[in-house]
Amino acid sequence: MSTLTENRAFTRKNFAATLAGGYVPLILATLVVFLPLLWMVLSSFKQPGEIVTTELKFLPESLNLDNYREAMTTVPFGQFFLNSVIVTAVGSTIKVTLAILTAYALVFVDFPYKNAVFVLILVALMVPAQVSILPNYILIAGLGGKNTLWGIILPGLGTAFGTFLLRQHFLTLPGSILEAAELDGAGHWRRLWRIVVPVSVPSIATVGLVTVVSEWNDYIWPLIITDRPESMTLPVGLTLLQNSESNGAGWGILMAGAVLVILPVLVIFAMLQRYIVAGLTQGSVTG
Amino acid sequence: MTILDTAPAPSANRPSPRARRGWSPRRRRDFLVFLAFAAPNLLLIAVFTYLPLINNIYYSTLDWTLGSAEATVVGLGNYLTFFTSADAPRVLGTTALFTACTVGGSMLLGLLVALALNAKVRGTTFARAAVFAPYVLSGVGVGLVWLFIFDPGYGVLSWILRAFGATSPEWINDPQLALVMVIVVYVWKNLGYCAVVFLAGLQSLPGDVMEAAALDGAGGVRRFLAISLPLLSPTTFFLLITTMLSSLQAFDLIRIMTPLGNGTSTLIYEAYLQAFGAYNRAGYSAAISVVLFAILLLVTVLQLRFVEKKVHYA
Repeated sequence: MSTLTENRAFTRKNFAATLAGGYVPLILATLVVFLPLLWMVLSSFKQPGEIVTTELKFLPESLNLDNYREAMTTVPFGQFFLNSVIVTAVGSTIKVTLAILTAYALVFVDFPYKNAVFVLILVALMVPAQVSILPNYILIAGLGGKNTLWGIILPGLGTAFGTFLLRQHFLTLPGSILEAAELDGAGHWRRLWRIVVPVSVPSIATVGLVTVVSEWNDYIWPLIITDRPESMTLPVGLTLLQNSESNGAGWGILMAGAVLVILPVLVIFAMLQRYIVAGLTQGSVTG
Repeated sequence: MTILDTAPAPSANRPSPRARRGWSPRRRRDFLVFLAFAAPNLLLIAVFTYLPLINNIYYSTLDWTLGSAEATVVGLGNYLTFFTSADAPRVLGTTALFTACTVGGSMLLGLLVALALNAKVRGTTFARAAVFAPYVLSGVGVGLVWLFIFDPGYGVLSWILRAFGATSPEWINDPQLALVMVIVVYVWKNLGYCAVVFLAGLQSLPGDVMEAAALDGAGGVRRFLAISLPLLSPTTFFLLITTMLSSLQAFDLIRIMTPLGNGTSTLIYEAYLQAFGAYNRAGYSAAISVVLFAILLLVTVLQLRFVEKKVHYA
């Protein structure tokens, strides 16, 4: 579309058209996203008296952290945060490692039933975790995994998404670089970590970031498998906080809790959005 | 996901499958290496993805209270109960309405935002990231933020309504309004995904066709309707399927905004409530899950059937 508008002279009419056709919709769309989040942050600093009022107040009177302190003492928020960090770190590390290993095997290791294995992974990609909740609950609870961190992590460890994405990337690597290493006597293990992984850092980062974000946000499974605060992750803990702050005065505290859940992902996204957007919209762009 | 057919040509490292008989030491070693590398992941997928599908079908034939040691086999009894009771029209109706509105809403608004992002002005890179952001944020956090906005007493929306002399309705207590509320928030969270995918589609459209049409005097709207939209059909179809699949599985927002599922019980949420809500009806819940899975499977199969015909690579 660029050539249609680019070479015109800069007139006043033109300027108005650019403004109406270009900037106004853009700013509008951005505001629709930002205002609710801004409202969340502002409200997290407001005292109950600033929320339950007869007159709407936009800005908090002060930037005090009372609501955050209150949220931490009403429910063990520090524990939730720690649990979320552990679940996300351990879960993502294992998932990405498994994805790298499986994708390498699918692309570079000779195996007679490779296509069958790949089909199994493709089909798993389409099976929604949502419908497996009850059987997995019965399985994990039976193994004593209720209210444990391993119980939260274990069922999600198998990774079809990461394996698929990395396989697609590994297929584009030139076979010659590996052949040279093979002639030098390097085994699969060394070829994987010395050659394939170093040249695939962007793809692995993409898979890693998408995994981290979805582990952090994961809700339905931790919600079902935990009912004691000690083992809850942040999103589940936030539900607990919601139950104890059900009157209007509690909104400030709830918004403080929401900030603690949302902000880490927002910061990571702001820094590395290119990889995250690419990873989540894969498929569409290539297809 | 339509990522299926994007695999480039196999790399040089794959010998032809024909010449595989005599097992040389190298081949035997590779066989073991493959198992060592892939087995842990495959085992986890088998136990936690495939096994539950089978177990779900088995559980769905039981009259079984979650946590109880006893269960009676009732065959298709749970399905009969579901489809002959008032549950089926209520749950299926809510699911259809929620899915249709969220898919339609996020695709339509996503397309509009994509057109705005496609404008040749400064700041589109930033705006693109900004509109995508809600898609990656915690559904629980986002749900709470919007629940506050919709709060009839102190929410921003109630202040706006009051400024116009209206009173805020009780969004959560009215089943129909609760569904509207959840749909609005779901669309807000997901339209950025549609926008970014549509934008990629728009940017891959052939520029020369557009220019030719412009020279022939076709206006912007005409160019969009007559050229862009038809050429976007593969993208539109892809989005239709993916957003439909994710809407059918939407849980976080519904759970946090309407804990009792009053008016918002979609299949997935009803399955959750039946097993983990007040009733602990495990068998019945499993039956609803199987119905949901059948629908998801149908959508996926439709996608696989049509994707080859619909997608034309420019």
